[in-house]
Amino acid sequence: MNLIIQNIEKEQQKSDVPAFKVGDSVRVHTKVIEGDKERVQIFTGIVIGRKGTGLNTNFTVRRISYGEGVERVFPVHSPRIAKIEIEKAGTARRAKLNYLRNRKGKQAMAVREAK
Amino acid sequence: MSIGLIGKKLGMTRVYDAKGNITPVTVIAAGGNVVLQRKTVEKDGYAALQVGFDAQKPQRVTKPEMGHFQKAGSEPKKCVREFRTPDAEKAGDGEANLSVAQFAVGDFVDVCGQSKGKGFMGVMRKHNFHGQGAAHGSKTHRRNGAIGCRSTPGRIFKNQGMPGHMGDEKKTVQNLVVEQVREAEGVILVKGAVPGANGCYVVVRPAKKKLHLAAKAK
Repeated sequence: MNLIIQNIEKEQQKSDVPAFKVGDSVRVHTKVIEGDKERVQIFTGIVIGRKGTGLNTNFTVRRISYGEGVERVFPVHSPRIAKIEIEKAGTARRAKLNYLRNRKGKQAMAVREAK
Repeated sequence: MSIGLIGKKLGMTRVYDAKGNITPVTVIAAGGNVVLQRKTVEKDGYAALQVGFDAQKPQRVTKPEMGHFQKAGSEPKKCVREFRTPDAEKAGDGEANLSVAQFAVGDFVDVCGQSKGKGFMGVMRKHNFHGQGAAHGSKTHRRNGAIGCRSTPGRIFKNQGMPGHMGDEKKTVQNLVVEQVREAEGVILVKGAVPGANGCYVVVRPAKKKLHLAAKAK
């Protein structure tokens, strides 16, 4: 990639992003703007995949909310994300945990914990 | 008033604003534009600025070309373009502003470039025809179908879409918004896509259809 484009992308990248992996349970603090007020909303769940490189990195978080599976995709370097907390480190044997979508009940959120 | 610039398309990326909205942008390097000649109405029949961009090795230009560059006190350039402007004669007195800073954030610009060549393309790709059904025994699928009437008018109307070569022609994208101007690097970021492959030359000039806005701002 061109050096100038690299520079432009580097400027926008956050330096304080925690090193979370696929399989980790995370709390994503997102800034929500309602009218002229700003508040922080927390989305908790399992990281089931990461996609892209550099500035274009996205990750998908899955949770079961009132018995219904919900997934949200976040750009890692978005200014709308205030903080990413790792609740529990997990180990995953695959890069994408899409098999969790077919699981029901307790099994749906079962990811092996990191030793 | 801004005149325009020759630039090089570097590629595309994305830019976040303070609210976290993502804007797709094209990065255009347009530093080092040099005036090579000022054409005047008396001498050349029209007023324009001849501008050069991107350094060329001296052994790659012919002697007459070299003489032309030397006359302007410039090193040889790879890309030479003209900008028609009524201000050319006036600009002859002072310095013409050919830095990236002639554009400000939020300005509208038109960008010209040589589009990517697509080769010989069918009518569905080239003219967005619908083609024919895939099933029900249909034996034509991607053809152009009927192209006209019978003995009246007895000819095919002009501009009838037919297969042929697509792309590799001069294209202009109008009314793109300048998203960022980075003077230190000689780079402007324009919202959206721009014709041509990465590394090809483009001409950035004030948007023709927004000149009234620029005049009002003054």
